[in-house]
Amino acid sequence: MTRVVLPYHLKNLAKVEGEVQVEGSTVAEVLGAVEALHPVLRGTMRDSAGKRRAFVRFFACEEDLSHVDASEPLPAKVLDGSEPLLVVGAMAGG
Amino acid sequence: MTGVRVLVGTRKGAFVLTSDAGRKSWTVDGPHFGGWEIYHLKGSPLDPDRIWASQSGGWFGQQVQRSDDGGKSWNPVGKDFSYASVPTTHQWYDGTPHPWEFARVWHFEPSHFDRDTVFAGVEDAALFKSTDAGDSWTEVKGLREHGSGSQWQPGAGGMCLHTILLHPTDEQRIYTAISAAGVFATDDGGESWEPRNKGLKSGEIPSEAAEVGHCVHNLAMHPSAPDTLYMQKHWDVMRSDDAGGSWTEVSGNLPSDFGFPIDVHAHEPETIYVVPILSDSTHYPPDGKLRVYRSRSGGNEWEPLTKGLPQDHCYVNVLRDAMAIDSLDDCGIYFGTTGGQVYCSPDGGDSWDAIVRDLPAVLSVEVQTLP
Repeated sequence: MTRVVLPYHLKNLAKVEGEVQVEGSTVAEVLGAVEALHPVLRGTMRDSAGKRRAFVRFFACEEDLSHVDASEPLPAKVLDGSEPLLVVGAMAGG
Repeated sequence: MTGVRVLVGTRKGAFVLTSDAGRKSWTVDGPHFGGWEIYHLKGSPLDPDRIWASQSGGWFGQQVQRSDDGGKSWNPVGKDFSYASVPTTHQWYDGTPHPWEFARVWHFEPSHFDRDTVFAGVEDAALFKSTDAGDSWTEVKGLREHGSGSQWQPGAGGMCLHTILLHPTDEQRIYTAISAAGVFATDDGGESWEPRNKGLKSGEIPSEAAEVGHCVHNLAMHPSAPDTLYMQKHWDVMRSDDAGGSWTEVSGNLPSDFGFPIDVHAHEPETIYVVPILSDSTHYPPDGKLRVYRSRSGGNEWEPLTKGLPQDHCYVNVLRDAMAIDSLDDCGIYFGTTGGQVYCSPDGGDSWDAIVRDLPAVLSVEVQTLP
């Protein structure tokens, strides 16, 4: 299972606490599984065409995966469950 | 009548304020959806416990929430506002063509004919309709396709469809207002639309002869006189007595020609309310005095209402959807400010008191008169 940490607002929206665990070995698969588990999250992280929303970022193992092809395999430590995939609302504002 | 429920949308969540008919002692519930922008909440006139809320934000986009228990609990419903056809283009701020892109829901207007039917006005400007209580949405495409869409242009707040008036007895007749395009009306349930902007004067921005391009801020109608429409425009307060066919200015002695909301007394169709704001760049009340102005003659002659409102050092704004009217025998008037105050007058505007003073900036205020 892949561990996913959602940002505060998306946890509230999906009414979840702590991490979400889903099957998936790429960012696209994981997001799809999270959306299937919590349909209210559809459109919040990526649009209907799969494009990442502008102020959403993905991190794992201290790496920014936001600009990595979403069909690329996740880092090994995410796949073996020792590290989570972090969905982050980008810092914005002044 | 036993009480009122005030629905407040703010920059950082929704609040539900309730009181008995005295409107002196209030219960404040919220924030709901803390941290999200709540552009608007509105309840069904047929089922007051059914309320829709527009929840949005720059990070995670648009959500629509529905409550079926008067705002105590909420559930997400449909949020797919896909335009019905190839969106084509409208004008951008510099006059160049710009593709239609959905941004958010500005306004909900529940039907008073069917409890499952609700309309949504969105940015970029379009009208959507749901007949399943918000679970799914379909664009009323005749509005955007009637021919003038390529000339519509955003106002400072975006190109939004912000006002929807439903005729009280004829389900086929709907009025909408778009910034900065103008008033549009349908008499056939949304199949065909026409601009109704004759008589609007805005210093040649656009020209008085222009069919569209007018910066209408808000519309109001009394259900007993549905052919009379009132308008707060970017400049001037206007009135039409022929269902928007022609407009005349009724700004009269107002201290400013600018403002956002306009509303009509529940029991007096010729008594209207506005909140004058300094135009254009300052957007705060003249002389630092927060004054609601009331006309008992349908415009032209206005009186300031100040008792209980701050009369010095007040520099808040009152946005277009942030005024509401209850229908108790002693008609109550409500408005919210960008400073986070929500004021109530339980006596038609003669005196005011703050229900709350320190909410996030208020985007919208609606009130339900509860049986």
